Amino acid sequence: MRYAMAVDTKKCVGCSDCVVACQTENNVPIGYCRDWVVEVMDGTYPQLEIELRSERCNHCENAPCVRCCPTGASHIVDGGIVLVKPNKCIGCGACIASCPYDARYPHPKGYVDKCTFCVHRVSQGMKPACVSVCPTKCMYFGDLDDPNSDVSMVLKKRKYKTLIPEAGTKPHLYFLI
Amino acid sequence: MATRRQFIRISAMGAGAVMAGAAGLRLLASEITDGRKASYVALTGRTPTYCEVCFWKCAGWVYRDDKGSIQKIIGNSEDLNCNGRLCPRGTGGVGMYHDEDRLRKPLIRTEERGMQSFREATWEEAFDYIAEKIKVISAEHGPECIALFTHGSGGKYFSTLLRALGSPHIAAPSYAQCRGPREVAFQTTFGEALDSPEPLDIRDTRCLVLIGSHLGENMHNGQVQEMSDAIDKGATIITVDPRFSTAAGKSKYWLPIKPATDLALLLAWINVIITEELYDKPYVEKYTYGFEYLKEHVKNMTPEWAYGITTIDPTVIRETAREMANASPAVIVHPGRHVTWYGDDTQRLRAVAILNALLGSWGRRGGFFRTETFELPEPPHPAYPTPKRTWRTEFPDLYKLADTVLANGVCDATVPDPSRNCKFQGWIVNGTNLMETLPNQANTLKAIQELQLLVVIDTMPMEITGWADVVLPECTYLERYDDLRVGPHRKPQIALRAPAAKPMHDTKPAFYMARELAKRLGVIEYFPFEKMEDQLDWQLKQVGSSLEEMKKIGVKTFDRTADNLFFYPDEDVEFYTATGKIELYSTALEGAGFDPMPKYTAHEEPPAGYYRLNYGRAPMHTFSRTANNPNLTDLMDENSVWVNPRVAKEWGLSTGQYVHLVNQDGKRSEFPIKVRVTERIRWDSVYMVHGFGHQEKKLRRSYGKGASDTNLITKVLVDPVMGGTGMRGNFVTFITDLAGEEVVS
Repeated sequence: MRYAMAVDTKKCVGCSDCVVACQTENNVPIGYCRDWVVEVMDGTYPQLEIELRSERCNHCENAPCVRCCPTGASHIVDGGIVLVKPNKCIGCGACIASCPYDARYPHPKGYVDKCTFCVHRVSQGMKPACVSVCPTKCMYFGDLDDPNSDVSMVLKKRKYKTLIPEAGTKPHLYFLI
Repeated sequence: MATRRQFIRISAMGAGAVMAGAAGLRLLASEITDGRKASYVALTGRTPTYCEVCFWKCAGWVYRDDKGSIQKIIGNSEDLNCNGRLCPRGTGGVGMYHDEDRLRKPLIRTEERGMQSFREATWEEAFDYIAEKIKVISAEHGPECIALFTHGSGGKYFSTLLRALGSPHIAAPSYAQCRGPREVAFQTTFGEALDSPEPLDIRDTRCLVLIGSHLGENMHNGQVQEMSDAIDKGATIITVDPRFSTAAGKSKYWLPIKPATDLALLLAWINVIITEELYDKPYVEKYTYGFEYLKEHVKNMTPEWAYGITTIDPTVIRETAREMANASPAVIVHPGRHVTWYGDDTQRLRAVAILNALLGSWGRRGGFFRTETFELPEPPHPAYPTPKRTWRTEFPDLYKLADTVLANGVCDATVPDPSRNCKFQGWIVNGTNLMETLPNQANTLKAIQELQLLVVIDTMPMEITGWADVVLPECTYLERYDDLRVGPHRKPQIALRAPAAKPMHDTKPAFYMARELAKRLGVIEYFPFEKMEDQLDWQLKQVGSSLEEMKKIGVKTFDRTADNLFFYPDEDVEFYTATGKIELYSTALEGAGFDPMPKYTAHEEPPAGYYRLNYGRAPMHTFSRTANNPNLTDLMDENSVWVNPRVAKEWGLSTGQYVHLVNQDGKRSEFPIKVRVTERIRWDSVYMVHGFGHQEKKLRRSYGKGASDTNLITKVLVDPVMGGTGMRGNFVTFITDLAGEEVVS
């Protein structure tokens, strides 16, 4: 089982609902976030293009944050979800420095926090909070090993990219382009 | 835009600087032991609601944590307005409840207006004070000299109170400051206003045309969702906007129009569609009136004519007109919502309505559907007394097609004027921050100083509450019952709002306030039920449901009772116009002395060194009411002024720099605003998101953050047809030397 997410940049309007929904679902303190929206604009007036992306932890198969963690707090669980055990985390920040996607932040309680793909929801058969709330339905989630999952189906149908592929992290966050 | 960079900056301030008091972290030590559980919050029960953060009123479920505190709000999947998905403001509605700057107790003013000196009062005292003043005003001037300004659910109860007292003066800024011109344009064309949510079948459209409507930045939830569905299905989107909006970024065609010239483009489109015979001939023949007049009227309004005005290439005008015709009747020329721009707005929206009529989209799949609203019995009460005077008598021969009280009209008629014999003496302001809602703030303040009574009902200390005589703190929508939401939509549907928590602080629902005042003013018979929940249960039982049932399901959908969602083929349709047809040539406008068909008139252009001030929405904020919401401020805590790189170069501006803006009348922004140099804006205009630059210091998170566009709108272009206040005729320039001024950031 390999959980993955695909974000349709053609539909995302950058409203940041995913950010608030994550905060209220996961008790992320105000001022911090596990997911965020990036806007990339290209061209000169009036020949312009814009890409909007809801970003979060890429849940990499080859996760530098897990490899560099001195205590084993950063680990990968079933389904390929990268998690942090707060009680094992010493807040050294090595993982923050090693993450090419800037997906981790130091939680005010002293440990490093990040997106969990809402494992507590996913294990109950629900979608992550960001996926369920998105007004544009621009996010697809599921198991890459299941050819009929939402994410497998959409990746078959559409062109996509990953971020910073040259880092060799084998990310599980795809962007439909 | 919530970028990671921004959040890193915020988080770098350290825990001490993080906004206190909001949702907070409620983790038990045992939960922290496992990363899987670290974020898990035990939830105890859910309560149905419909959202009050904006006017879309999406239905959802409010969840509480194990301590009974409101934790999250999730959309109700049965709801036609949101389909189970709230927008960021609805999701962030929790912040409205947790905001520590909320009004906490009734307040009575102790010094002159605007001095911000209040004392806390008991509810009894506050009600007695208001009732006494209302009695005096009614005796001396008549009850009709009391007006209500309202936005949102609570307005219903104060409206009942005013009608019971004999005042017809219930004004909603959502009319003359927002969608009024559109409603009049569609009434005069199709015989019906569009209302809210608009009956647009966007999900099945093949072509969506947006004119200055920045869907996706305005999070009109159902429409944003359906636009996304339409994108999935490969619909063509055509966006007309001087700014490269989010929607423009999703469009096949973006027409970067010169501001204030939209009507010329619309007329040229009509010209192409008629000249090339692209219109829906059987539809036009069967349903419309005045086609020959229209054909003659637009014959010279060619794309080449429009090019000189709009700067849009004639080839593109023709190509886009053909795109629309190819999709016909599954095409929507979007009517927009905030359309009070240049003072000829009714006529511009008439052109939009005419274009839709020619394309045959009204009453057709992928165009406009026929809505149905649920018919709910009202609690029995005596008939309202007939008012002795109405605002109309004070504005003879003006705004003849306005079908509702104008908020700006009431404001104007509060300032003494020898031409008027009535003057408003008392205002009740519910849920609308008039200082940021009405243009020309100086005029609003002048009117306020003339009042004998100003009561403000709100959940937050807004600018307008600072001017009140009495402030009544309302509990948020998450802490109260309100009337059922009844539609309109594709099917009749009702939604319940029930309290998910006890009112925080000493706050009360508007229903309670209005009823207590009714008691004191001798009109209690208009409020037959003592408690809102009893009224709801009585109403629901009349229609085969109950409060108990609705608490379990939140929304209930019924079958349509009237006609089909769309016209049947060859259906004989009677339109509510004088001719019974869709009026391409408007007899109502002609009868009132206005152009029966829209004409383009040139609008004033910015003088050298000045730029047209355009404003709009951000998806995470509603008007000026959410700027202090901890969850939403976290996503966007100030606005910026968008400047084209060419302009920036001329002025030596760079992104992140703070400037003041000053308008054509010398009005300077109250606070400096951050510059955003971007290709996304034309060189002849600047843009900012509305709702920032709060001057109320009690709004601790948002005070002084960014600038207020309303502050800079001193010139108002009034629509003669219906009194709408056009707000896009103001021009600003930059003051780059802040002379040591401190920037709140």
